[in-house]
Amino acid sequence: MTGPSDLAPLLEIDRLSVSYSSRGGAIPAVVDLSLRIATGESVGLVGESGCGKSTVAMAILRALGRNGAIVGGSVRFRGRNLADLDGAGLRALRGGEIAMVYQEPMAALNPSLTVATQLAEVPMIHARVGKAEARRRAAAMLGQVGIGEPDRVLAAYPHQLSGGQQQRVVIAMALLGDPSLLLLDEPTTALDVTVEAGIVKLIADIGRRFGTAQLYISHNLGLILETCARVCVMYAGQIVEEGPAEALFRRPRHPYTQGLIACIPLPTNDKNARPLAPIPGQLPPPRHRPRGCVFAPRCVHARPGLCDVGPIAMERADASARQVRCVRWRDIAAADVAAEAPPARPPVPIGDEVLRVSALQKYYPIGEAGIGALISGEGIRTVKANEALEFSARHRETVAIVGESGCGKSTFAKILLGLETATGGAVYFAGDEISRIPVGSRTPAQVGALQMVFQNPDETLNPSHSIGAQIARVVRRFDKERRGFGIRGRVLELLDTVKLPREFYRRRPRQLSGGQKQRVGIARAFAGNPKMVVADEPISALDVSVAAAVTELLMDIQREHGTTLLFISHDLGVVRYLADRVVVMYLGQIMERGTTAQIFAPPYHPYTEALLAAVPMADPAVSKREIVLEGPLPSALDPPAGCPFVTRCPRKIGRICEVEPPPQRKPVRGHVIACHIPLDELAAIEPVFSAAPDAAAE
Amino acid sequence: MSRAGGTGEPAGAQPPTPGALRRALGSLTLLGESPVAMVGAGIVAFWIVIAIFAPWLAPFDPNATLQPFAKPGAAYAAGAGTFWLGTDQLGRDILSRLIWGSRTVLFYAPAATAIAYAIGIGMGLAAGYFRGWADELLSFLANVILSFPVLVLYILVITTIGASGLNIIIAITFASAPGIMRIVRGLVLDLRNREYVAAARTRGEAAWYIMLVEILPNARGPLIVDACLRLGYVVITIGVLGFLGLGLPPPDPDWGGMINEARPVALAFPHMTVFPCIAISSLILGFNLLADGLREISLRD
Repeated sequence: MTGPSDLAPLLEIDRLSVSYSSRGGAIPAVVDLSLRIATGESVGLVGESGCGKSTVAMAILRALGRNGAIVGGSVRFRGRNLADLDGAGLRALRGGEIAMVYQEPMAALNPSLTVATQLAEVPMIHARVGKAEARRRAAAMLGQVGIGEPDRVLAAYPHQLSGGQQQRVVIAMALLGDPSLLLLDEPTTALDVTVEAGIVKLIADIGRRFGTAQLYISHNLGLILETCARVCVMYAGQIVEEGPAEALFRRPRHPYTQGLIACIPLPTNDKNARPLAPIPGQLPPPRHRPRGCVFAPRCVHARPGLCDVGPIAMERADASARQVRCVRWRDIAAADVAAEAPPARPPVPIGDEVLRVSALQKYYPIGEAGIGALISGEGIRTVKANEALEFSARHRETVAIVGESGCGKSTFAKILLGLETATGGAVYFAGDEISRIPVGSRTPAQVGALQMVFQNPDETLNPSHSIGAQIARVVRRFDKERRGFGIRGRVLELLDTVKLPREFYRRRPRQLSGGQKQRVGIARAFAGNPKMVVADEPISALDVSVAAAVTELLMDIQREHGTTLLFISHDLGVVRYLADRVVVMYLGQIMERGTTAQIFAPPYHPYTEALLAAVPMADPAVSKREIVLEGPLPSALDPPAGCPFVTRCPRKIGRICEVEPPPQRKPVRGHVIACHIPLDELAAIEPVFSAAPDAAAE
Repeated sequence: MSRAGGTGEPAGAQPPTPGALRRALGSLTLLGESPVAMVGAGIVAFWIVIAIFAPWLAPFDPNATLQPFAKPGAAYAAGAGTFWLGTDQLGRDILSRLIWGSRTVLFYAPAATAIAYAIGIGMGLAAGYFRGWADELLSFLANVILSFPVLVLYILVITTIGASGLNIIIAITFASAPGIMRIVRGLVLDLRNREYVAAARTRGEAAWYIMLVEILPNARGPLIVDACLRLGYVVITIGVLGFLGLGLPPPDPDWGGMINEARPVALAFPHMTVFPCIAISSLILGFNLLADGLREISLRD
């Protein structure tokens, strides 16, 4: 690892402040930010939404939009002040010397131009080469970013590519200008975990192969640790801590960094052994930031008269270029951080069976729309969204369904809730077979007993109605005895349960933050005292610290009410943390199911193994094996005849995988693996996670 | 979100609970942020005031024949008063007729638009929410109606059922409900996939509840803008129907009818047609500016 001082700075941001103007006055987005990136260095900028990390990237490119302006400080690139550049200079800079990779690859590519046209543009403009040469360079670059058939991809339109391929094309486009600095703004957030793992590996290689310096912006600490040598942690527009990645993760100095790391569920922890410690309070809005330390109101170490007086400067904390914006870092470092972790909790006893799914099947007919095709019966194909699902859930238990997009987990939730009806098999819920009863035909008791928490905080609440009215509606439906003030009282109780102030009764969803909206969604789901709650990725759209608080809340309420929780997720870290049992799905089928301990230790299904390896690890004390899956997810319209995972499986044993559906292997009672590989071979697989050799980083 | 700066305060602070009146005032101040919307609202408000106070504002009886072919500003020879905008060929005061005529247009245009909206929204909700055969049937009906030239449609409807205020409303509803239905349907197709709709379905709400309570309020933004634009078109339509003699039966004043009646002498006495034209144009301009401004405001948030 090369220290930044050894190399000449490529980018030098000095005391940068950026503000956006709005109707209510100026909003400071970035305050007093200094950052140096050396040639070839990769620096991570990590922080939660609203901390100003994307604004930094936009300020570097001078693309702040009409209402944004640099109000202080300077950005120097190779010694030139970027504020002095004119239009032509800026154009040469953007895409040439500094390139950017955005979050949404589909939005970054022009849907009406072929990949070749879009890629060739870059060398034609920045290197002034001819069309044929530009195309040749584009093809070569696609090969470099790990695209197997460059010529096929060049001729394609963006929508014909998978998400992972699209992002590789965007990265190729950024690299074609031969930039010396690459800005990556959440480049993998829109991708599935196994696809993400491939992109992360590619990004980590770029610095090595091309000597390109990188500024990697992300909210995911694990990804930053895997890609960057140095990390800057941002909070409320300021960098609060900066230092070498591994040292910073091993021994965070700033209370915010400490809090952030304590919020991440690691695949090596569970809810009872080491509960998450959410950061109390919430991010102050930009215009109401406190004087002095911006983190002070949420900090357990804050001392009045010390932390809330004047602006706090970055301070060098130790020899390894560590800097902290905290006046008390010496005192805090002395205190043992681990001692403050919440105490372990006793496990909850598991009760009787509540849900039994047996041979459940859901096929969607996809027909050609024409009447002719309907009559002849031709052109009708089926999407097998769910095939032979089989598992059960018990009282007070948390069962996680894990899988990537398109694996059929949401379809299953819809069948359970009666929004879709199954085409085969059965679902017994509290003794009744409900797989073919649409929600409208279920009894009120059945409907109330099975409720759902949704994924997207911005969509889960109706923007037109107040919070109180929305919860009251549910109470009125499922709690027939309550009338008038009784309903209001129950709504206020529910607000207490989800730890929201009672004033929220009159508020509208737009006045709430994402985490608060998600809490209202939880209150709404629990309003009818359900037996079982289905949570479909309830925290995937939330920030790290908010997600931790919502996860803990969900666990607490579940404990209190004795509810069965069906937790649908793609994040194995969270699943490991809160689930008792896990179902791993791929292309509509169950690949593996068992208790959490069984799933997270060999024998694994090869797909489970790949999923585990794809989890970004924010803990330098754990090392994991690298497994990158090749190729895209097969279409559900045309799944492989044998094992669904055969097209991407790194452990494929031969033709049998392609033609025969895998047998169900049962190493112990309750653990099922659908795989052709014999059990003893699966059991001999080395675990994905192991303790890292203790590098004396500090 | 920038406007609600005060609401993101720490949870302990007691926020003022906004009453209905405060919220109404709040939306009015929002209007003040678009000068275009303010100008539009001003013009429309001007005509609304004129229409309400017509009996007190009009200097003469609008249907009384007083002094034919008086120029604007001419004094009334046989009595007190001035014909500020002149008189028509029958000797009726144009200013008074314009003032009284504003009542016609400002009653029938909103009434027709409201009824067209009620029906269009109902059709659009059903088509967008249920989809399937309901959508196919309603969309087919809408396409058939929309495939007729609008003017031909009006003439066809009015000549069939006769010219009267109610029939004007029916004709306008018939011609504009399909267009409204298409807009509503498009909005519903998007909104029906929101999670709060799924939440309502998972608690077993009836379809009408989901359509009216969960979906419709969230479609209000584009619909309000469209309603303002459509009011402008309906003003034109009422003018055109009046001009074609398919409007309200004479002698009650009607802006379109006034232009039509003055047509034979329009070249010699331009004031007889120019002032009603200005009246129609200004009202339409008012509605359109209001729509533009509202759209601008809604895009900003």
